[in-house]
Amino acid sequence: MAKDMRDVYAQTLVDLAENDDRICVLEADLMNATGTKVFKQRFPERMFDVGVAEANMVGVASGLSAEGKIPFAASFGTFASRRTFDQFFLSANYAQLNVKLVGTDPGITAQFNGGTHMPFEDIGMMRLVPNLVIIEPSDLVSCEALIRAAAAHQGSMYIRMHRKGSNTIYDENEQFELGKGKVLVDGTDVTLIAAGFVMVPEALKAAEILKKEGISAAVIDMHTIKPLDNELVLAYAKKTGAIVTCENHQVTGGLGGAVAELLTAEYPALLGRIGAQDMFGQVGTQDYLIKAYEMTAEDIAQKAMATISKK
Amino acid sequence: MSTSLAIGLDERVSQLEDTARMVRINIIDMIHTAQSGHPGGALSAADFMTALYFDILDIRPEEPRWVDRDRLILSKGHACPVWYACLAMKGFFPMKELKTLRKFESILQGHPDMNKTPGVDMTTGSLGQGLSAAVGMALEGKMTGRDFSVFAVVGDGELNEGQIWEAAASAAMYELDNLVLIVDANRLQMDGHTCDVMNMEPIDAKFEAFNWEVHSLDGHDMRQVLTALEQAKRQKDGKPVCIIARTVKGKGVSFMEDVRVWHGKAPNDREYERAMKELKGE
Repeated sequence: MAKDMRDVYAQTLVDLAENDDRICVLEADLMNATGTKVFKQRFPERMFDVGVAEANMVGVASGLSAEGKIPFAASFGTFASRRTFDQFFLSANYAQLNVKLVGTDPGITAQFNGGTHMPFEDIGMMRLVPNLVIIEPSDLVSCEALIRAAAAHQGSMYIRMHRKGSNTIYDENEQFELGKGKVLVDGTDVTLIAAGFVMVPEALKAAEILKKEGISAAVIDMHTIKPLDNELVLAYAKKTGAIVTCENHQVTGGLGGAVAELLTAEYPALLGRIGAQDMFGQVGTQDYLIKAYEMTAEDIAQKAMATISKK
Repeated sequence: MSTSLAIGLDERVSQLEDTARMVRINIIDMIHTAQSGHPGGALSAADFMTALYFDILDIRPEEPRWVDRDRLILSKGHACPVWYACLAMKGFFPMKELKTLRKFESILQGHPDMNKTPGVDMTTGSLGQGLSAAVGMALEGKMTGRDFSVFAVVGDGELNEGQIWEAAASAAMYELDNLVLIVDANRLQMDGHTCDVMNMEPIDAKFEAFNWEVHSLDGHDMRQVLTALEQAKRQKDGKPVCIIARTVKGKGVSFMEDVRVWHGKAPNDREYERAMKELKGE
């Protein structure tokens, strides 16, 4: 059976913990959803399930961090961000501690849990926290590499993590560096900058569609949304003159917002943004929702062509 | 108890009472100099904070992050002048720093900052968060088998915060008998008396129901305070301990006592002189 991304998350933490007694795991009654039961089985003394109390989870994680531990605390992205924002902001970040907060089920992947559970705003909120590093892995290989990078990074992080399902974009030996985007496809007419499990594959498909139209599209996996890889974005803005951001999130505040802010300040270039357009989530299958929010490869290709046409 | 020990206790109590008076003088002095700050909740906490810093806590002022030290978190962070006074008098930093409270680039911020002030174990300022951090620290102590105690101080108004009760449940669940919570029950919060704004009484029954060991006492009776803190630190029976210190907001300065506006207001020169006279017994 194919592994889910959550299994990679949990197993990577177990592997890290084998050699590092600072690694701890916290859950707020979602251990079975996040898949960290394997961690509890291996390291019961370093696993704390605080019950349905996300604010306390982040506070306890901060206390553990103050004592030198490296806590990974997870919940659904809605609750990891909205419910714990003040705790994460103050007890973890303002205090300059080292808490890795994991928000699962990003955007439309919340599916049938609907609007209450569909985080379209978590990255936007988290981008406002000074010095916070924000990552969103796009496949299982990058998930493992980035979780390892997160453990090694001194400072709090928000990790936006897909939970169920598996895909492969990278070879297993691919190296990743926080803050350095990955150029997956090179191109000259437009650059598709995508993040996450849903949107990076869609952007790759969109590049294929565009190729058939005679358009050369570059694709970048922006696995680190903050700090944004400014150098790479600006290089491709200059190279292609048109950018389309692709995110499973509101187009404001997140990846699209970050790219827009950078371009406006440094190198104004044509920009199209794919993602939720100031809308709440809703119930649906992922296939239904990706169409409802106009985030499919076809939508990206159309947005790319519309953006290029303004050149 | 033998007579000599009883005399020892008397002496300790008497010395701590004198020290607490100096702590209060420093609180008023620094808030008057800053012309901003929160005297009421600092004064109500002055006696048990003095007992902690000058008797109970195992700490090393010359080594603020000593790994086996007892930890303290002032979750009611706005009362930090009492903490700064204790830390300075204990030697964590020079007394002259107290004059820089709330000034640009001071090591003494308006609310406690663990990265700026030697001896401050946790950054606080948003009410309700400190007890959770204390739970995390106590868990780490249990995990590593180290023998330190974690003390957390919350206000009775702060008990309105839901996170306090999330943390209270977890402390009992994890059997953190290395954790002592002190509730500074001064009966006033920003908008009035706690019983009128959002009544949390009976506080003792609430913590008992959360499976804590609870002691209620007069938070200005140094003998009671000292005895309870000593016992709480020693007690290792699988339960966290809650000490409800029944206090008076503004204690020690007659015109500040039990008066709401002194929650967050600095004394003017005339008020300062009057407060100093009272505290110095002139």
